[in-house]
Amino acid sequence: MTTTLIDNIIQQPHEGPLATSPKDYKAPIDVRWCAGCGGFSILAQTQRILATLGIPKEKFVFISGIGCSSRFPYYVDVFGMHTLHGRALPIASGVKIARPDLSVWVATGDGDGLSIGGNHFIHAARRNVDLQVLLFNNAVYSLTKGQYSPTSLEGQITKSSPLGVLDDPFNPAALALGAGATFVARAYDRDAKTMQFMFERAAKHKGFAFVEVYTNCVIFNDGAFDEYTMKDSRPEHTVELIHGQPLVFGANQDKGIKLDGFTPTVVSLTDGKYSKDDLLVHNEKDSTLAFILANMTYKPNLPRPMGVFQAVDRPSYNDKVVWQLDHYSKVKGAYDLEELLKGEDSWEIK
Amino acid sequence: MEKKVEKLDRVTIRFAGDSGDGMQLSGTQFSNTSGTMGNDVNTFPDYPSEIRAPEGTLYGVSAYQIQFSSTRIHTYGDRIDVLVAMNASSLKVNLSKVRKGGLIIVNNAGFGKKNLELAKYDVSPLEDDSLKDYKVISLDMINEVRAALTGLDLSVKNIDRSKNIFALGLTYWLFDRQLDSTEKWLQIKFGKKPALFESNKKVLKAGYEYAKNSDLFPIQYKIQDAKLETGTYRNITGNEACAIGLTVAAKKAKLPLFLGSYPITPATEILHWLSGYKKFGVKHLQAEDEIAGISSAIGASFAGYLAATTTSGPGLSLKVEAIGLAVIMELPLVIIDVQRGGPSTGLPTKPEQSDLLMAMYGRHGEAPLPIVAARSAADCFEQTIEATRIALKYMTPVILLSDGYLAQGTSPFKVPKIDDLPDISVKFWTDPETFQPYNRDPVTLARPWAVPGTQGLEHRIGGLEKEDITGLVTQDPMNHEKMVDLRAKKIEGIANDIPPAEVLGEQEGDLLVIGWGGTYGAITDAYNQLRSEGKKLSYCHLVHLNPLPANIGEILSKFKRILIPELNSGHLKLILQSKFMRPILGLNKVQGLPLKADEVEDKLNELLKEGK
Repeated sequence: MTTTLIDNIIQQPHEGPLATSPKDYKAPIDVRWCAGCGGFSILAQTQRILATLGIPKEKFVFISGIGCSSRFPYYVDVFGMHTLHGRALPIASGVKIARPDLSVWVATGDGDGLSIGGNHFIHAARRNVDLQVLLFNNAVYSLTKGQYSPTSLEGQITKSSPLGVLDDPFNPAALALGAGATFVARAYDRDAKTMQFMFERAAKHKGFAFVEVYTNCVIFNDGAFDEYTMKDSRPEHTVELIHGQPLVFGANQDKGIKLDGFTPTVVSLTDGKYSKDDLLVHNEKDSTLAFILANMTYKPNLPRPMGVFQAVDRPSYNDKVVWQLDHYSKVKGAYDLEELLKGEDSWEIK
Repeated sequence: MEKKVEKLDRVTIRFAGDSGDGMQLSGTQFSNTSGTMGNDVNTFPDYPSEIRAPEGTLYGVSAYQIQFSSTRIHTYGDRIDVLVAMNASSLKVNLSKVRKGGLIIVNNAGFGKKNLELAKYDVSPLEDDSLKDYKVISLDMINEVRAALTGLDLSVKNIDRSKNIFALGLTYWLFDRQLDSTEKWLQIKFGKKPALFESNKKVLKAGYEYAKNSDLFPIQYKIQDAKLETGTYRNITGNEACAIGLTVAAKKAKLPLFLGSYPITPATEILHWLSGYKKFGVKHLQAEDEIAGISSAIGASFAGYLAATTTSGPGLSLKVEAIGLAVIMELPLVIIDVQRGGPSTGLPTKPEQSDLLMAMYGRHGEAPLPIVAARSAADCFEQTIEATRIALKYMTPVILLSDGYLAQGTSPFKVPKIDDLPDISVKFWTDPETFQPYNRDPVTLARPWAVPGTQGLEHRIGGLEKEDITGLVTQDPMNHEKMVDLRAKKIEGIANDIPPAEVLGEQEGDLLVIGWGGTYGAITDAYNQLRSEGKKLSYCHLVHLNPLPANIGEILSKFKRILIPELNSGHLKLILQSKFMRPILGLNKVQGLPLKADEVEDKLNELLKEGK
């Protein structure tokens, strides 16, 4: 292969020190989300993590579709594109396949990513394109002012479902797992620390890294996730997934999850029947377990899992493309465009 | 017996048989051999849209037509001079296209009871007088092939399958073709199976010898070479020419190439070819749908690649929204639309020119973009490079229009030297001090291409309206109008950067024919014919459809009558009429078939007669 103009850009070394302050990643523009929007915290944690990754600023690209969440790239002072409703993932895939040297992030929402962009979501996950995908799940369409989304709950009253939603909701974590995403996690907007941890892990994961973030929409679906995110109710209604640790939860850490066959059940750790040794131990490398855990979502008698469902290694699509290019340029012989032009059946007119 | 030798200027031959009979192979070989011998050639493969149509049926007929000539030709021939029919159905389907007095070579082994039933013949056409207007040579090719290969350790199936090569051998004697080019090809194809190479070579020779020695073939025809310009030639389909064109364009632009595409007839082969060009550094994504195809290309373009997407009508419909995004983000992108019959799924394998208005106007908002149309299969190469040049220089998506006829037909392609092709490279913006995402080049009005990885150029673009120069999001009314105007001016300005339209024949006068795209061959042949008869008329073929060449208005004003032949209901006619406020005549054909030279000739004769 010959060198191209883009090789010069890729090989250009970064001059001076790296940008290591979150402030360096703040774009000089007002953030136009509603006061109290969960997006603010996601943005702040992202900026914090970008500053720690040791990657030059110019190597970051943020791509979004359309929706409140998709304003995100405007607020991060790196390369960005605010694109079409639902199409962030294929656009980001194009960036990453073309330029594996870049760190490519996608900001999307439950409408953008799972409804109009649902097809792209499953295929980007299946291909394991090396992207960081942050899905702001607020279970409602906010930018269009309050219609139900694919993660709205059955019965939810919205502007387009005055008598209640009839659809069953998507379970984003299970959908991502089913489509073959190699890194699947769930966080929520009120927990800065966990979010940072997830974003950092997503950034370091080689492959399709999907983080669903429960995001409160103060205007159109206020309090939708309070049960799982508010200090008072959270301990009883969520369980934290920690690799190698048993699933323990409750305000007093007095309950756990035990597998009954393939069915997770809640057991008490105080009635003498069970101890921590009887509980399900989380293993991020176990895809079967990841499905079981993801499917605890929406089960009324089970706590909502938070954390990393799965983190497994599989070669990324973009790495395989590079391999194929290198491999075939070696196997198939020299680069000779003149021969390609001539083809196999040329003739001379003299 | 003593054979007669006759000289001919041009011949149209059609190999027709069942889908499984290998007619595409016979046709390709005949065409390549004729090219090698210096004839001008033009071909068209015509095969059913069914993948494996039931054997022997009327809808399972596959054919390959070649016009070869001692003079320049531009179509694959309106009427068939020689039909090779391998079975009853292929005769029935193609008979109406054979010239009265033409030659029909039939494999009578394909006219058994079952074949006749499937072809819906009550009586064999070989046994009644239905072929009395033609010269018929009837022989049992299966018998001949089996006789030629007696004693070889081959299955009957393999032996019988080589009947297409036998038929090819017959025609090679009939038109005094050399065998060596096909022999060489057989050697490459069957390199790993020497038994099949030997048997096919033997069968080719057997066909040749059969015709040479049999009384059934009393005349041998000679067609002199066409005195083409010296150089290296090959036959090329429009789709392969697009694929190679993109690869060469990337090289001349000093950029890597990315294709984001989704399979669709009749554009798919461009994806096939490019997906095999790994050693040339071509990256491709066969996306999950048409939208993802173009979207990934937009991503690659932002990242600094020459990015392309390839499609046909239904796919273009799906890509419309993303094209609008590329327009407002002002990113370079080559969109190849291989037009087919519509609306909706329409006629997937058949050519039409009915996407022009969509290419021109088919986006919401004010979203102008350049349009280039290829004239012939080989011209797809040059126009792909031209589309790329415009896209990069003006930071804009460009639509290149091809069609199902150009895509799958072949024309001889004079292979250029890559060094002789113009440099079309552009520079990425690198200076942070002077960088503004929408600060335009004063001449081209193109905005800078600032790619990720360039320190200090971090910026955001998107589908929301941009502020002039800064590219910041704004809804300011006057700014919006200004940006709409700037985007339009940028495209209009390309008119100063493309060659003026050329008029053949009288530079002013009574009748001007204007063509665009794949009708070039038919119009050129008709025009040449009428001019050779001393008739007064003029011809102008447009490659750039948006913007139009700067002199087009002046040209129109110099003629009393203007005719635009198009494979649609009058798209270019509508555009020119509305732009120049003058009536234009149309010759419109919307049958899913290419335009014929005869049809143009008849129409022109009619107009010339009226004019007197």
